[in-house]
Amino acid sequence: MNENSSRYKRVRGVDKFMTGVFYGIGGFFILLLIVLAAYIIVKGITSIYPGVFSFTSMGIGNQFFNTIYLVFLSLIISVPLGVAAGSYLAEYARKGRLTEMITMSIEALSSLPSIVVGLFGYLVFILMTGMKWNLLAGAMAVTILSLPAITTTTRDALAALPAHYRSGSIGLGATRWQTLWHVLLPACVPRIITGVILVAGRGFGEAAALLYTSGQSTVLNWANWDITSPTCPLNVFRPGETLSLHIWVMRTEGSMNPHSVEIANVSSMVLIIMVLGFSLLARYLSRKLDEKNKGAAK
Amino acid sequence: MEGIGILNTAGTGALARERADEETQTVTRTASDENLKYKIRDLNLYYDTTQALKAINMDIKPHEVTAMIGPSGCGKSTLLRTLNRMNDLVDGCRVEGKVILDGTDIYGNIDVNELRRNVGMVFQQPNPFPMSIYDNIAYGPRIHGERNKARLDQIVEESLKKAAIWDELKDRLKKSALGLSGGQQQRLCIARALAVDPDVLLMDEPTSALDPISTTMIEDLIQEMKDNYTIVIVTHNMQQAARISDKTAFFLLGEMVEMDSTDVIFGQPRDKRTEDYITGRFG
Repeated sequence: MNENSSRYKRVRGVDKFMTGVFYGIGGFFILLLIVLAAYIIVKGITSIYPGVFSFTSMGIGNQFFNTIYLVFLSLIISVPLGVAAGSYLAEYARKGRLTEMITMSIEALSSLPSIVVGLFGYLVFILMTGMKWNLLAGAMAVTILSLPAITTTTRDALAALPAHYRSGSIGLGATRWQTLWHVLLPACVPRIITGVILVAGRGFGEAAALLYTSGQSTVLNWANWDITSPTCPLNVFRPGETLSLHIWVMRTEGSMNPHSVEIANVSSMVLIIMVLGFSLLARYLSRKLDEKNKGAAK
Repeated sequence: MEGIGILNTAGTGALARERADEETQTVTRTASDENLKYKIRDLNLYYDTTQALKAINMDIKPHEVTAMIGPSGCGKSTLLRTLNRMNDLVDGCRVEGKVILDGTDIYGNIDVNELRRNVGMVFQQPNPFPMSIYDNIAYGPRIHGERNKARLDQIVEESLKKAAIWDELKDRLKKSALGLSGGQQQRLCIARALAVDPDVLLMDEPTSALDPISTTMIEDLIQEMKDNYTIVIVTHNMQQAARISDKTAFFLLGEMVEMDSTDVIFGQPRDKRTEDYITGRFG
């Protein structure tokens, strides 16, 4: 008896110890995020000078707009393509060598270093088309990076749906396409939105893929709404430097600009707030939509 | 692999199809067949190389409840799913023989979407879609082309009334169907099937996931619906078959052992195996 109870004591001790270790690891990650975010935000706030948020060459307004516009353009291309590819893999593809190859390609694509994608984009979208650095080329480079994530998110979301959604719809005389479009994809919207927002978050921070595609310069005239003009903000065939690229440029080649260090600090702050905000938005939206689907709100 | 029988007739061209139509029409006109909804003739079904149904011959009369009973794996659900070709969805499933519905072989050259509209199905697990109650019911009419809002409103109300659940749900039509209880969900699924105006209702163990009160409600509903629909029900529950069906067919190992009026099957079955099963000696 005595021997046993001392054994229990020891086992319970180990249990307590390990619980502590896991809490410690969890706490470490939270601390890491807080310290990092706090450092960047404090540094950013203290670096603010008048005009830093202006839409001129002294501010980061233009870069902020470029970042959002570029990610938006990229999503317009990558969401339909990715959702279509994921739908194909989950609903239409038959098990076989072709499907395996597609899956493997997607996995390979998702682990491509972004600088490689950037140089590929430079080769194909800039050199081969003979165009100058432009936003659309950057958006397409980011699309290459985000397609795998949207595809796998869609595929996994469809695969996770109960099989009886399909049989219910087919049993009413619906075609496969009607079933996919009216029942299955709407049921996947919460998960797809989460995936898209995470992809967008990554797009905001992308720099290497944009170096030689969307370019490192921005000259905008906010009074110019002639879409064909290179200074019109909405022209997709104009160069457009994004925030994260701007940080890199300011810390390396930006010594010409008297505010380069401050600009880099403020840009970092804006970026991290954007990405954190997007993550929170993603969680909130997908929870709301999930509740609506499950009918919890009565 | 999908439906070799379909490919055969699909390839024979318009002329042969016309001839086939004439044939089936003459078949329909013969007096003794006029009272039949389904005629199943020499039906064999294979999953790859395994034979799941063996030489099934069976008649199903309109406006009757036909129950299919038998132990698990006897093929009764498989047979039910050949009646609206849901087996087409299963890879490696092959069907031989004829399933004639209203004089037309449904494994011939037919519109399978129209067939499934005409032959509704209710599943074992209540399976409402993750959308509102209204949209669940309106889904079928919509995919078959109904766009008129007033007409859809009317269909939704009528269908829910037919499924005896209108009073419970009329004030929450815009709420998600997934918030309903299991029994309500199943009656909603019946209403959803009725909304596309079918002739036949196939029910695959529709009460096995429900509580006793919901089960009674569904059974009462089946009795009421008999006047307007032909109902085929697969059930594990022999008391249920005895309570609600006019005809009962007993299946064993992919064969139909015996089919007769329910009183006969549960009173004096001809086959020893049927008797053993209904008296609970196996299964």
